[in-house]
Amino acid sequence: MAPFDPISALVGGALIGLAAVLLMLLNGRIAGVSGILGEALTGDDRGWRMAFLIGLVAAPLLLGATGHPLPTPWMPSSFAMVVAAGLLVGFGTRLGGGCTSGHGVCGIARVSPRSITATLVFMATAMVVVAIMRHGFGG
Amino acid sequence: MPTLLAALVSGLIFGFGLAFSGMTQPTKVLGFLDVLGIGSGTWDPTLAFVMIGALAVAAPGYVLARRRERPLFAEIAAWPTNRAIDRPLVAGAVLFGLGWGLVGLCPGPAIANLATLSSRIVAFVIAMAIGMLALDVWRRRNSLEKTA
Repeated sequence: MAPFDPISALVGGALIGLAAVLLMLLNGRIAGVSGILGEALTGDDRGWRMAFLIGLVAAPLLLGATGHPLPTPWMPSSFAMVVAAGLLVGFGTRLGGGCTSGHGVCGIARVSPRSITATLVFMATAMVVVAIMRHGFGG
Repeated sequence: MPTLLAALVSGLIFGFGLAFSGMTQPTKVLGFLDVLGIGSGTWDPTLAFVMIGALAVAAPGYVLARRRERPLFAEIAAWPTNRAIDRPLVAGAVLFGLGWGLVGLCPGPAIANLATLSSRIVAFVIAMAIGMLALDVWRRRNSLEKTA
């Protein structure tokens, strides 16, 4: 695993924040990835949403073309587990109206109690899951 | 056309941010979520620093955006209006947290990782899209029953 690097974490985070601000200043939209994907799949006004998603995939491709490809995602879980997790993330983010970007970044930046609640709940839930998966019940 | 270009640029910058911060690597995310690692010194604080960096830009940026009459390329700014802290919000956050904790992937990094053509990433994104479509179907059915 790559060592903890606070500077690239802060700079990378700042870029995510900048992307959110630009999308609001220019298009008046919230940069929530689950909402953008969900509405691109089921809603109207798909054009800008598809453009955003294309940018999201193109960024690591551009980095790869300049010799800095994304590290291969390391996922030791079984395929069944990966599929189950994907179903939960898709259904849950749409039911709860957002994910780490929409609630976690954009919502907290607006100081929205609804988004702060959602973020605390999904973080706490994920922490419990990881504790159980990695350390078992009661260690 | 300007809205498409603006969205493309925003998505690009978002993707650069994810890649640069290391958040496309699920093990980094799980390393943050593993709070029991705080005691044993294996905890990875990266995600917290990414959030701090993002909020340090987004919070003042949104204050600025609120002061403007309208967005540059749109008639209105679509600020969220739903303020309800209700059962769908909490249930959805719990389900999302379950999936996120299982493999360490949330929607943004999952989509950016499509660039790696990893078979597990492709499977995750397809399952995530099916989950989203399933919610849409379920919501439609519920609203039909209520009006029937």
